[in-house]
Amino acid sequence: MAEATSTTHAVRHEAPTSFIRKWIFSTDHKIIGLQYYFLALFSVLVGMVLSIFIRFNLVWPGTELPLLETLFPVGAPGGVMTPEFYLSFLTMHGTIMVFFVLTTAPQGGFGNYFLPIQIGADDMAFPILNMLSFWVTFLALLVLVAAFFVTGGPPTAGWTSYPPLSALGEIAGPGLGMGQNLWILSIAIFCIAALLGALNFIATTIDMRAKGMSLMRMPLTVWSWFVTAILGLLAFGVLLSAGVLLLLDRVAGTSFFIPGGLVVSDQIINHQGGSPLLWQHLFWFFGHPEVYIAILPAMGVTSQILSTFARKPIFGYRAMVYAMLGIGILGFMVWGHHMFMSGMSPYSAILFSLITTAIAVPSAIKTFNWLGTIVGGNLRLTTAMLFSLGFVSLFVSGGVDGLFLNQPSTDIFLHDTYFVVAHFHLIMGVAAIFGIFAASYFWFPKMFGRHMNESLGKIHFLITFIGVYAIFMPMHFLGMEGSPRRYPELTGFDFLEPLISLHAVITVAAFITIAAQVLFVFNLFWSLFRGQKAEMNPWDCTTLEWTIPSPPPHDNFAGEEPTVYRGAYEYSVPGELQDFTMQTTPDRTEH
Amino acid sequence: MTTIAPPFNGGDLRHLRERRYYTGMKLALAAILMVFAAFTSALVVRSGLSDDWQATSLPGILWANTIILLISSFTLEKARRSYANTESFQRWWWGTTALGATFLAGQMMTWQQLIANGVYVDTNPSSSFFYVLTVTHGLHLLGGVGALLYVAWKIRRKNSKTSAATIMGVTALYWHFMDGLWIYLFGLLLFWS
Amino acid sequence: MLLAITIWVITLITTILFAGRFWWFPESVSSHGAQLDTQFVYTLIVTGIIFVLAQAALGYFIVRYRERPGRQATYSHGNDKLEVIWTTATAILFFVMVLLGFEVWVDMYIQEAPPDSIQIEVTGQQFAWNIRYPGPDGEFGRTLPELIDDSAGNPLGLDPEDPSSRDDIVLPTMAVPVDRPVELLLRSKDVTHSFSVRELRVKQDTLPGMVIPLTFMATKLGKYEIACSELCGLGHHRMRSFIDIFSEEDYATWLREQSEF
Repeated sequence: MAEATSTTHAVRHEAPTSFIRKWIFSTDHKIIGLQYYFLALFSVLVGMVLSIFIRFNLVWPGTELPLLETLFPVGAPGGVMTPEFYLSFLTMHGTIMVFFVLTTAPQGGFGNYFLPIQIGADDMAFPILNMLSFWVTFLALLVLVAAFFVTGGPPTAGWTSYPPLSALGEIAGPGLGMGQNLWILSIAIFCIAALLGALNFIATTIDMRAKGMSLMRMPLTVWSWFVTAILGLLAFGVLLSAGVLLLLDRVAGTSFFIPGGLVVSDQIINHQGGSPLLWQHLFWFFGHPEVYIAILPAMGVTSQILSTFARKPIFGYRAMVYAMLGIGILGFMVWGHHMFMSGMSPYSAILFSLITTAIAVPSAIKTFNWLGTIVGGNLRLTTAMLFSLGFVSLFVSGGVDGLFLNQPSTDIFLHDTYFVVAHFHLIMGVAAIFGIFAASYFWFPKMFGRHMNESLGKIHFLITFIGVYAIFMPMHFLGMEGSPRRYPELTGFDFLEPLISLHAVITVAAFITIAAQVLFVFNLFWSLFRGQKAEMNPWDCTTLEWTIPSPPPHDNFAGEEPTVYRGAYEYSVPGELQDFTMQTTPDRTEH
Repeated sequence: MTTIAPPFNGGDLRHLRERRYYTGMKLALAAILMVFAAFTSALVVRSGLSDDWQATSLPGILWANTIILLISSFTLEKARRSYANTESFQRWWWGTTALGATFLAGQMMTWQQLIANGVYVDTNPSSSFFYVLTVTHGLHLLGGVGALLYVAWKIRRKNSKTSAATIMGVTALYWHFMDGLWIYLFGLLLFWS
Repeated sequence: MLLAITIWVITLITTILFAGRFWWFPESVSSHGAQLDTQFVYTLIVTGIIFVLAQAALGYFIVRYRERPGRQATYSHGNDKLEVIWTTATAILFFVMVLLGFEVWVDMYIQEAPPDSIQIEVTGQQFAWNIRYPGPDGEFGRTLPELIDDSAGNPLGLDPEDPSSRDDIVLPTMAVPVDRPVELLLRSKDVTHSFSVRELRVKQDTLPGMVIPLTFMATKLGKYEIACSELCGLGHHRMRSFIDIFSEEDYATWLREQSEF
């Protein structure tokens, strides 16, 4: 340590004193991380409320909900949800959850807060850019929420916004006028924010690491944020381009995605030659990596937490890194598996299916290594640990059911049924959310200097864990019965009516699970003020964020660059006094 | 146990601290490249797909614009090399800025000419792509001109924490990339539509 | 401990529910349906084994290695050999399974429709299906978008000038003969729809601007529902029609009756 401090002078940055510079337009990555986190928390609450109405309407369509009428007198006249309003809620639920929760909390939130600290940097590479990314994201959210209140109502084309439905304007249905324009605008703005953020993350990881923090010593969380940022940098630009073209089709009369000879409601549409499939290709070229953008950080957090609370080094660190890189690279080559039934060439379906199967390999490596990490450990079952173990369980469940969908043959029946809904909610939604929960319970003491309540946390975990299985496992059966996605009600078809009871079970499970989230929100805010005080390193963890006070000072390491001597997960090293060896602990031979 | 890894660079701390600007710019260029790659693939798919594609005849002024932009890359390099000599630096740097602005003006004339000929963004898929690509590139180049002005201002103030070499280097990287991107786009528009 | 039990119970319930077939596919009534169902069952067995093993192991490890005073965790960075074996085994298993499944896909989508197959055109629109039979001349007549008029009973815009249009039959529902290959030509008037019949194990998006062929052969008499499977607007869930599977004679009679209207 002496050697490290002798070469660099402690240059301290003073925290800004004005309220606005400190909390609103802050360039401190920690504040920005919290801003992202609370933006995601707000978004997830909105998204959950939408899902309550969605689930309710499926089972009890036509019920009068006075609350709904108060909020949306046009969309829900008399408090009864119209089919188009159901589709609006569905679209907004998907968009908010995918973009403003799953992309925002794990990367913008935790990544922002902990990536610089875990590599021993005093901030991100470009702090002002970082502030800008957040505020642009915020603007995107405002634009999206504004779509709730425009004439014609919020968009109804789903979060995938397939043209021509999304390209034709109001004539194709309610919500496809101004609402759809705002949707595209919001996504385009979000893309810009995501690109700025991704750039910053990558540059920080490449150029801001402390002395000794070689790539293969980085915590797996850092690796996951790093790979996620690379995916984001390459994927969001494509969505941005696609969004621009779609908007031009709508407002400038071009025909990128609108084919000729369309007749909507007996009116001839004056476009020609465009390709709806082109949108699908561009969208899914972004959309599939997006899945990994949501889940990779959760994988990183899970690795970190499993290793910490098993008191064991991570099993196969290098394999974990290569698996993440492999998932990232393959993730760009499999978008076509969303399009088996789209009219794309059946030969390319075979190719996409094979490459998709290849993704099972790195995924299997990860699962195996997580199990390998806890074998022979001494498991401390903290709430964070429980959520990480839950993540592994969900990752397995949501992973294997993907094997039914990546084969074009079995996908014929299951495509666009609730089987798909079950699959992506398990693997992309809930698994990623479990990562966020695990990270929240794990890093809360560092971020706020207080612990979250563990008993409350464990109750929250148990209800949520059982709840999500009770919601999403039965959806597989709905899919096997052929229940299609995106139907506002199930009363129109003979084969759907017998399934209403199963839908009702899911709806009740969803209500209970959502209600249990109140425990988390309460715990979060209560612990902010009343939680038990946390020390510098309450979990006996080895990475750099645990070498500085909780909460960390404005300049993280008080102006002294730490020196790193070893890998991230040196637990239970034989011959050491403690069962954890910090990354900054010098080798004994050095003395 | 492993030993301490050496620092990443020969120990030139300033250089080390400023390397991030180059990294950041390269990453930004990668992202911009993806935007144009997506447009390109859309163009290729769209043109191969249907029989409504009619080539847009490109106004001759585009050749002049191309040459102007190429010269601007040359003058920018001249400016960077003559940094020690303030007067000559100023001349070359402002010259580059003027050339960039001229290019933009030239692009606007191109659009005006096309509009005068009745070629709008929705006339034909080929013209749609022409406008999308040239306007997107133009916006990026406008950012480049802004950067040139900013650097001139920054260098005159002489109190920047970042060295002039880095500021200029990063800007030049962006400028040359936009130059190269234009050559690519021009070729694409010339030969594919 | 509670978590381990929870994981085990969830695994058990899931396994029972899948194995017990309380909810299952409707009976298949097409020639390729049985093959699809078999492929599903293969996949279910493979994934089921992995699912049960992984979840059971996870639960077991949680119990076996839970914190005990005085226990020392083993110091190990992994085992490359085990890793390679496990990964290779999974990869081979998955790839073999996926390759097996391609056969039926090739049958359905890549092989040409047999020459004796009946051609039927299906056109989706917001929010109905238009089924067109070519009539006695066996040819679909010309359609023009500007002639499309739903209220006048010409939803496809059939051009009366074209002689082969005159005998075309356009209906809101479909009928096919049993044991005869059928080639559907899928189209759309406005936005993307998806033609699906559960019992036939058939599903295919219909894209405006494209004609997508789809071949199948029904094997059992009956009447089944046609549903739309791709979000097409506010009436997506009402886009319902029927398909009758008739015997060869009944089909001929039915077709004659229709053309007399």
